[in-house]
Amino acid sequence: MKSSTTQSTPTGEIMIQARFPVRIQAGMWPLKNNYKQMKKLNLILAALLGLGLNYSNAQTQKGNVLIKNATVLTVTKGNLENTDVLVQNGIIRQVGKNLSAPAGVETIDASGKYLMPGIIDAHSHVALDVVNEASSPITSEVRMKDVVNPFEIGIYRALAGGVTISHAMHGSANVVGGQNATLKHRWGAKDPSDIIMQDAPRTIKFALGENPTRVHGRGNGIQPRTRMGVEAVLRNGFNEAIQYKKGWETYNTAKGQKGNTKTPPVYNERLQTLADILDGKIIIHCHSYRADEIYMLINVAKDFAITKLVFQHTNEGFKVAPEIAQYTMGASVFADWWAYKMEVYYSTAFNAAILQRNGAITSINSDSAELIRHLYHEAAKTQRYGGLTDEEALAMITINPAKQLGIDDKVGSIEVGKQADLVIFEGHPLSSYTVPQMTFVDGVKYFDIKADPDDQRQFVSATEMVEPIFLHTHENHQCLQDVDAYFEAFQGAFIEEKH
Amino acid sequence: MNRISKTLCASMLALLPVAAMAQIDGEFVKPRTGKFLLQNATVVTVTKGTLTNTSVLVENGKIAQVGTNISTAGAEVIDCTGKFIYPGMIDSGTRLGLVEISSIPETVDYAELGNVTPNMQALTTVNPNSEAIGVTRVSGVTTVLTVPTGGLFPGTAALINLNGYTPDQMYGGFKAVVMNFPSSGRRGRFDRRSDEDVQKDSEKALKEANEIWGNASKYLELKKSGAELQFYPEMDQLAKAVSGELPLLIVVDAASDIQNAIKWVEGKNIKVIFSGVAEGWRVADEIAKAGIPVITGPVQDLPTRQSDRYDTPYANAGKMAKAGVKVALRTDEEENVRNLPFHAAFAAAYGLGKEDALRAITINPAEIFGIADQYGSVEAGKRANLIISTGDPLETKSQILHVFIDGYMIPMSNRHIRLYQEFLERSPGLKAN
Repeated sequence: MKSSTTQSTPTGEIMIQARFPVRIQAGMWPLKNNYKQMKKLNLILAALLGLGLNYSNAQTQKGNVLIKNATVLTVTKGNLENTDVLVQNGIIRQVGKNLSAPAGVETIDASGKYLMPGIIDAHSHVALDVVNEASSPITSEVRMKDVVNPFEIGIYRALAGGVTISHAMHGSANVVGGQNATLKHRWGAKDPSDIIMQDAPRTIKFALGENPTRVHGRGNGIQPRTRMGVEAVLRNGFNEAIQYKKGWETYNTAKGQKGNTKTPPVYNERLQTLADILDGKIIIHCHSYRADEIYMLINVAKDFAITKLVFQHTNEGFKVAPEIAQYTMGASVFADWWAYKMEVYYSTAFNAAILQRNGAITSINSDSAELIRHLYHEAAKTQRYGGLTDEEALAMITINPAKQLGIDDKVGSIEVGKQADLVIFEGHPLSSYTVPQMTFVDGVKYFDIKADPDDQRQFVSATEMVEPIFLHTHENHQCLQDVDAYFEAFQGAFIEEKH
Repeated sequence: MNRISKTLCASMLALLPVAAMAQIDGEFVKPRTGKFLLQNATVVTVTKGTLTNTSVLVENGKIAQVGTNISTAGAEVIDCTGKFIYPGMIDSGTRLGLVEISSIPETVDYAELGNVTPNMQALTTVNPNSEAIGVTRVSGVTTVLTVPTGGLFPGTAALINLNGYTPDQMYGGFKAVVMNFPSSGRRGRFDRRSDEDVQKDSEKALKEANEIWGNASKYLELKKSGAELQFYPEMDQLAKAVSGELPLLIVVDAASDIQNAIKWVEGKNIKVIFSGVAEGWRVADEIAKAGIPVITGPVQDLPTRQSDRYDTPYANAGKMAKAGVKVALRTDEEENVRNLPFHAAFAAAYGLGKEDALRAITINPAEIFGIADQYGSVEAGKRANLIISTGDPLETKSQILHVFIDGYMIPMSNRHIRLYQEFLERSPGLKAN
């Protein structure tokens, strides 16, 4: 654990700078404080923790900028020609014509260029040191925010493709994977918590089909071996969580009563997380391909009154598009990937268009450190395959993924009051020839094609004498990353797999 | 006879041919050949400029005429007013037809066992009915080089047209012996060899390559002098590259490997094409000086080094072309070869320019493969590999309306399209019964 420091300000408030998410332990604090000070400190700490405040979040940079004369593609409010957007303190303050810059606010001339909301990738593994905790069919207790690496060059490469937010997901090795982290691409931040979008709701990874059945059924000799087993793991897990919840409710009710002798149930983070899903506190993002397994999870969700459910990949989503539209928060799909494994053989590149036309919230994602760099182009493929309008296509990489991540009140469109995540393009962003020019997160410019030095690394490993050269190997797919370490006996059988 | 029974009789008469096969609905649309006049289009010839209000006559599998006022006699006229005609696009490096589902080994036929297997023929294992072929050709990619992978000399690549029922019907008239040049790069994130081991492996492989090449040269000498030789199919095929009968397609990516490959080729008096060439931009002048043509791609790819600019793979083709290298593009794909025009668009936007990007997927590969008399442009006398589109086929928004391969009009359908037709408005919808 890296150091944490506390210091007193003149007004007596205590400021804490946490380098990493810090678990407060007894004995951590300087012994020279007397008991009273300690008590006060602990109270403040407890209050801060209790409120769920993140200390470092307050320190992330917020920018001021006036972007002039752009064609503004708001996504939700139409297209505005020759329009200015004023950003102050990281928030979009005004959208209109002939705005003037307040003192000290930089003006950027975007004449002849296009301005759109920052692109949001609802499925990524960029900036994660580890992707899979594959040790059990349910590992809901693990959190991707504990393995966020703000130095990964992939963040900058994504920014250069206009992506300001990515959903850093656990892998697909188990039926219920870990809790994901929604990242804001504040390149240059050294503290992992500074690139975590602290005001985004909790989400969790689920996975159906070939991956969890291969890893556990075939690789580990335990359920699930089949798609029936996947359903059983889910139903058993949720039923156990209901019992667990009941145990705590019984204890909490009894606690206040006279003569109570009940002991509390043993705390279990895994079951508590499942209970939080049942309580609607967490959005499920489920890796899925075949229509039957998608339909199964819709039924499981109905039975447990779960409504916060998004399907990921969803290659056969088009077959159950009416059900996805009616009962879920939609699907986040590839533009055109298919045939790399059996469960995506009966795919169609028209998937997104069919889902959209059936009323499902639909987004286009990457699941790849390569694809994340041109999601604007992936979204444009919905025009080749299904003839979607510009607005529908752009929504698939902005407001729609924002809805699926529960952050559409904050980002995903150019509207007054929203966070100023913005991209300037030379050429319409849906043209194959377009080139992203500048990318802003919270009004701060993190990518500028005109000021783009060759080497953008923040961190160079001292153990690497020579920089490795990685050649094209068809392994951009990261959903099963790290699984090989758990199953050495498989001798790389997993790592050759895609997704 | 009342009206209902009249209608019934009429419809029964109309259904007579179908009724003979009562269980089957609908009609399968096959590719068909004939005499077609593609009338009044904007023709992007690639080699002879862009011609407005121009017609193209397709007859006997060839482009019979390009011009105005072509007689419609005996021709099926396709009105192309407001539409564009382009030559069919060529992907110069794929595994199309050699694999159906890459995670299922039983369907993967591009990598044979062994290090020296130049006699493995990609053309043999092309599956004319692969779903990916139908999915690819409606995008306007009509021709691909399909390439075996694996060891040092993994096999012989073949050019195929994406129409036909046998590999021979599909064969496009170009083959090349493939060499995976010993690599000092890593095979990916999971390649955990030490830097030292990577270097050692590469040197060892190069030594081995030299030995094998020496053997093939000896084999060729002996064969020429009429010596009685043992059956040795590997050497027999490799000797064709040594003699220059077949070109050698050298797959090479890292800058230092490209330099080594240039040196290795010097004085060998063979026909060489480089493929891959991911770090070509670092040594573009040297490639240009050596006069070796390059097939590069995928364009939509990650930089090879962490310290590289984010756009190096996009800009690679443009930088090499600027240095004077003749550049063609490849996707290095199987099921997503249809993205070739989009790879070309990215190369165009990041320095290659629109015109050269189009050339890199049409006339340039035709010239590199020595088949420019038949492929790569809209000119009379060439094979009728053509696209009719609503606009620039490199733009996602454009729709490809018709595709011709060897004069065959290709049905604009495949499984992706059929699934769209079936499921756009599913019936029953949400409520069953």
